[in-house]
Parts: sequence; structure tokens; C-alpha cells
Amino acid sequence: MTDRRQFMLSASAAALAAALPGSLLAQEATRIGFVYVSPIGDAGWTFQHDEARKEMEAKLGNSIQTKYVENVAEGADAERVIREFAASGSKIVFATSFGYMNYVERVARQFPNVTFLHATGYKSGKNFGHYNARFYEGRYLNGVIAGRMTKSNILGYVGAFPIPEVLQGINAFTRGARSVNPNVEVRVIWANSWYDPGKEREAAMTLISQGADVVTQHTDSTAVVQAAEERGVYAFGYHSDMSKYGPRAHLTATTHHWGDFYVRTVREVLAGTWKPESIWGGFKDDMVRLAPLNPAIPAEVRAEVAQIEEQLKAGSFHPFAGPVIDQSGKERLSAGAVMDDVALGKMDFFVQGVASRLPNTR
Amino acid sequence: MLRLEARAEPSRLMSWCSPLLAAVLTLLAGMIIFWLLGKDPLQGLRYFLIHPVKDLYGVSELLLKATPLMLCAIGLAVGFRANVWNIGAEGQFMLGAVGATGVALYFAESDSALILPAMVVAGAAAGAAWAAIPALLKTRFNANEILVSLMLVYVAQLSVSWLVFGPWRDPMGFGFPQTAMFHDAALLPAVLEGTRLHLGFGFALAALAAGYVFINRSYTGFKMRVAGEAAEAARYAGFSARRVIWIGLLTGGAAAGVAGMAEVAGPMGQLTDKISFGYGFAAIIVAFVGRLSAPGIFLASLLMALLFIGGEQVQQYMNLPSSISMVFQGLLLFFLLGSDVFIHYRLRFGRAGA
Repeated sequence: MTDRRQFMLSASAAALAAALPGSLLAQEATRIGFVYVSPIGDAGWTFQHDEARKEMEAKLGNSIQTKYVENVAEGADAERVIREFAASGSKIVFATSFGYMNYVERVARQFPNVTFLHATGYKSGKNFGHYNARFYEGRYLNGVIAGRMTKSNILGYVGAFPIPEVLQGINAFTRGARSVNPNVEVRVIWANSWYDPGKEREAAMTLISQGADVVTQHTDSTAVVQAAEERGVYAFGYHSDMSKYGPRAHLTATTHHWGDFYVRTVREVLAGTWKPESIWGGFKDDMVRLAPLNPAIPAEVRAEVAQIEEQLKAGSFHPFAGPVIDQSGKERLSAGAVMDDVALGKMDFFVQGVASRLPNTR
Repeated sequence: MLRLEARAEPSRLMSWCSPLLAAVLTLLAGMIIFWLLGKDPLQGLRYFLIHPVKDLYGVSELLLKATPLMLCAIGLAVGFRANVWNIGAEGQFMLGAVGATGVALYFAESDSALILPAMVVAGAAAGAAWAAIPALLKTRFNANEILVSLMLVYVAQLSVSWLVFGPWRDPMGFGFPQTAMFHDAALLPAVLEGTRLHLGFGFALAALAAGYVFINRSYTGFKMRVAGEAAEAARYAGFSARRVIWIGLLTGGAAAGVAGMAEVAGPMGQLTDKISFGYGFAAIIVAFVGRLSAPGIFLASLLMALLFIGGEQVQQYMNLPSSISMVFQGLLLFFLLGSDVFIHYRLRFGRAGA
């Protein structure tokens, strides 16, 4: 290495050191940073994470201090934001979108004394864990309700992208619906975007015009619920309770709850007992819930849903218990078996009952 | 009484002072906004403008963020000078990333030192090819290049999505829309040890220098300027309008393509469906704030990058919403357009003379 480079290296090291002392002072509130992929808004993915952040602040009080940056693109900018949190004395950084994964990994290597938690990814390290929730459990319950409420036997689903998490949701929804009404079919339209209210609305309108009388979405906006309200059909919310966007249409929602997990993680990090794990919690862990049910849902359906919900909480029921048959009729999982997390994480097919085809099927 | 009086000829002094005036007005308006939000205005400006560049690492991040802006903007300026309105640098940026990624993935087993140069060439060629479509349609059918280049941005985005969801999807990536991470031979080396500032910054400086020579010193650059400022005169002098269109669009496309290459081979290290960051669109603002000149674009890119990073930091340190950096960008553009009035007009006190 040349002298000049040596100088620059030591200059940046000195600058780094100058930025650090704040974090080394004892008895200061533990600083925690959150990186959000979209603006917080009134409902949706980021909104639920921010609710959890507030919940954590309320529970842990003055011992912590949280900061967040919203609308951080899933590209090179993310690494700067994550690194800035770590360099300015944050002890824990929550990065709440898949696209941050490789950036979290790089920064985690540079800051071994900071703990990093990444939502929905699959990589981890010594000071770097990942977490997600079993949204498909809620989807199954939504499907049961949809199967009971539909008159046309056509259900509509607006998906963002054909990745495993979205396919799990569509398939669980379909299996739930067909468990109570074997005649239903689910039609899927891809928005090819996580957040595009215009396209989501258009997709919902198309599905409704094709006869769907219950619609739902795996995207970020409330457009599908609003479209359903307008056209007089039923809908499910996702991420957040979206009933205020369609009080008549909104049957219930699969809602996300990260608060307890965040509080537990922070306590563990502070106590020095935290270990990198892959967290994938469901109803049992209270990370997924159903929003209050619409009064239009008959009592016997409520009872039916409540019973399965109890089984999910007890761990005695799995939405992907065999036989799992894909739409081509091939058996993907035999009777008696339960799909393991690896297979769930790689899901790349539609189950029987989904009428639409997957793009790029090879 | 105040009134505007037309100048006999545009003021050269004002054309350079107007961005400064706009910057000062932006700062003042920004301070008022901080004050209205209940934050200390001076502290706000400190986090916005000074804190991001408080150390060498901060400076390196600023230069990293400005790199794609410089590349895209200098390419666009060549066309804009000749009234060739390429609005689709964003799409050309994405195609450049695709071209470079293709080389990186195809030669994933190779450690050859030729991979990076091949990626630069592929990126520039792919960006230029994307820009050749509006150039062809313009010269052949007189199709409006503004619309065609803009629409092709969406086509580019969907093409990238198709690639990362389909043939180029990382087989080890659990179905997520991303390619495999590039191997070391396909990554641009850092120019500053311990930072993310990579060789792409060198490309940007070289592009600015080349742009300066082309626009200000070359005969072709002169012809393009004449075509932009006086199309009739250019035709009378026998300068080919078609050539002007081709050069304007291909230069813009190639420069944006190199910027896209530098993004995937630099800080990203892979291609994902999130490759569209708005650099191609922001570069249009940068080109105009920089007066379509290389030195101006250099400064304007730094300013835009600073507004962006500063916006992040006031969120991080002062809990302000993310829209704050958009507000500052908007203010800057608004005041710049306002100040530009004084290039052609002067302010007079009193009533108009008889």
C-alpha cells in the first residue's frame, strides 16, 4: 500500500473514531434505528412496523431512543442509511425490507458490536439475524371466510410479484376456501409492483368484472378494498386493518404485529443473550392476527374460523398439511405429511383451485 | 413601483449568478420551513448541508451518489444543447445495467482483467442502443423523441423485471427477483480504501472532461450548439440535422449506460428489479441547473447528491419526514426558474419611461 493510501485509510479511521464516542458513554438510552422502504402512511407494511416501533417505545420507555428513515430505496442508498445508524451510535438496526439484505450483511461485518435484524430475507451472521411472519396462516382463515361468503364461487387476488411469500398467501387462501367450498376458483392478477394504487385498483376492477365477489391483495395500498366497496363486493385487508377504507366490503384482514418481537429482541440484546436466529412467527407467536370480523359474517362461520384459529395457536393445524396438489394435478406433498419451512420458503407453484397460470413457468 | 424591463441581450453575469441566487433563496426558504416545523433552523441546515460531509467517508458517499448524476447529465447536456430532448436516460441507465450484468453473469467463471472493460463497453452499447430507438424513429418518421424516449423507460423497467424474475434469477435466491452477486473480477475497485467510492467516479470525471472538450472545443460540438440555438442557420450552413439527432441521443444513451454499469458493478454488486432509482430523471434537473456545461454539471450533481443525503440525515437526526429532500429539490428548481427571469430582464424601480 502506498503512503498516500495509508494516510487516507488512517484519516478515515480517525474520522470513524471521532464519530463513535457518543455510543460508548454508559447509561445513555440505547439508540435503535429503523429503515423503512416506503413512507409510513396510514396503512400497510411500513405502517405496521412503525406501529411496532411506537409500541416498543411505550413499553421500554427512556431506556431506548428510536429513529427511523422512511422511503429508503432498495439499492445503494440503503447501505449508507444503515451504516449511518451504526456509525452514529445505534446499538440495534432493524431493516424492514427484503432488498436491504446484502447491504445489511456488508455493514454488519464492519460493525461487529451492533446488532442487525433484517425482515423477510434469508441471510444471517454473528450479529445479523432475520425475521418474518407466517402471513399464510391468516390467509387460510381469510380463505375459509371467502369460501363461505362467495355466491359466484370466483375469488379475486391481486399479487405483487410471484415470489414464495406471495405464493404461500395465494395458495393458503385457496386451500382455506376449498376446504369449505370445493367449487371455488381463485383468479390472480399480478400488479408487478408492491405499491401502485392505480394498477391495484385496475386489477381489482378486472377481477370483479370477471365475476369475483370476494377480492384481496398482496400489495401495499388500500386500493383493492376501496374498489370492492365501490362495486359492492367483499374484500380482505392485508398488513393493517383496512376497514375504514371499505366499512361494508372489509370482511377482516390478515394483520402484522411486530411489537412483541421487537421488545423481546431489544431486551435480549441489552441483556447480552441475543443470538442470531431465523424467526418465523405466526398466530402462535402473536405476530399474525385477524382484524375484527365484519358483522355480515354469520355466526357459524365465525365459530368455524375461531376454531381453526385456536388450532393454529395451539400448533395442531398447518395450512399446508398434505396432500398438497398443484394445479397440474401433481402431488407436491403426500397425505399425512406437513410442508416444512424449507419447502415453504421455496414455493414456486399454484395449488389446485387457482385458475390463473404462473408467469415464467418453465 | 417595480417592473421588469427586457435586456437588449441576455446577461452572461446573471446566467451564472442565477443558480447562486437560487441556492441562497432555497437556503432561506429551507430555514423558514425548519422553523415552521418547530425545529432549530440553523441546526436543520447543519444536518442538511454540513453533517453529510463531516468526514472523509461522508465526502466519499457524496461523490458516490453524484457519480451516476454526473454521467447521465453530461450525456444529456450534449443533446439538450442541440434541442434533442432525450427524457429517457432512466431507461438507458437500466439497459446499461442489463448489458453489464449480462457480461458479468456470462463470464461468471472467469477472473480475466478484461471483464470490467467488457462490462463498460456492453453497458455503453446497451444504453446507446436503447437511445437509438428514438433516434431512428425521429430521423425516419419524425416521431417525437420526448415521448418515445420516455415511454421506453417503462419498457426498460419491465425488461429488467422479466430478466430477474426469469432467465437471470439467482438459483440460490429463494425465488426473489435478483441475479447472483457478481464475482470480484466483475466489481469496480474502490478508489478510496475503506469507502464505497469506486472507479465509476473516475469514469464520471473523464466523461465531464470529454463533454467539456466536445461541447466547447470541437467542431461537431459547435455545429450542435448552432443547431440548438439557430436551427435555420445550421441548415443554411449545411449541418446535417439527422446527424445532430443521432449524436445527441447516442451520447446521452451511452453515458447513461455507463452510469447503469457503474451502479451494478459498484455499490449494488448485482442486478435487481429495483434498479430504477430516478437518476436518469434527476439528471435532467442537474443538466439544467448546471447550465448544460461540464463544470456546472459537476457542481449541480454534488448539490443534488447533498440535498438527497441531507434529506436522509435530517430524518435520522431530527425525525423529519422523508419528503423534506423533495421539498428542497422543488424549492431549488422553483427559485432557479424564477431567477432565470433576470437573465433576459432587469428589475427597474419607478414607472416606465415615456
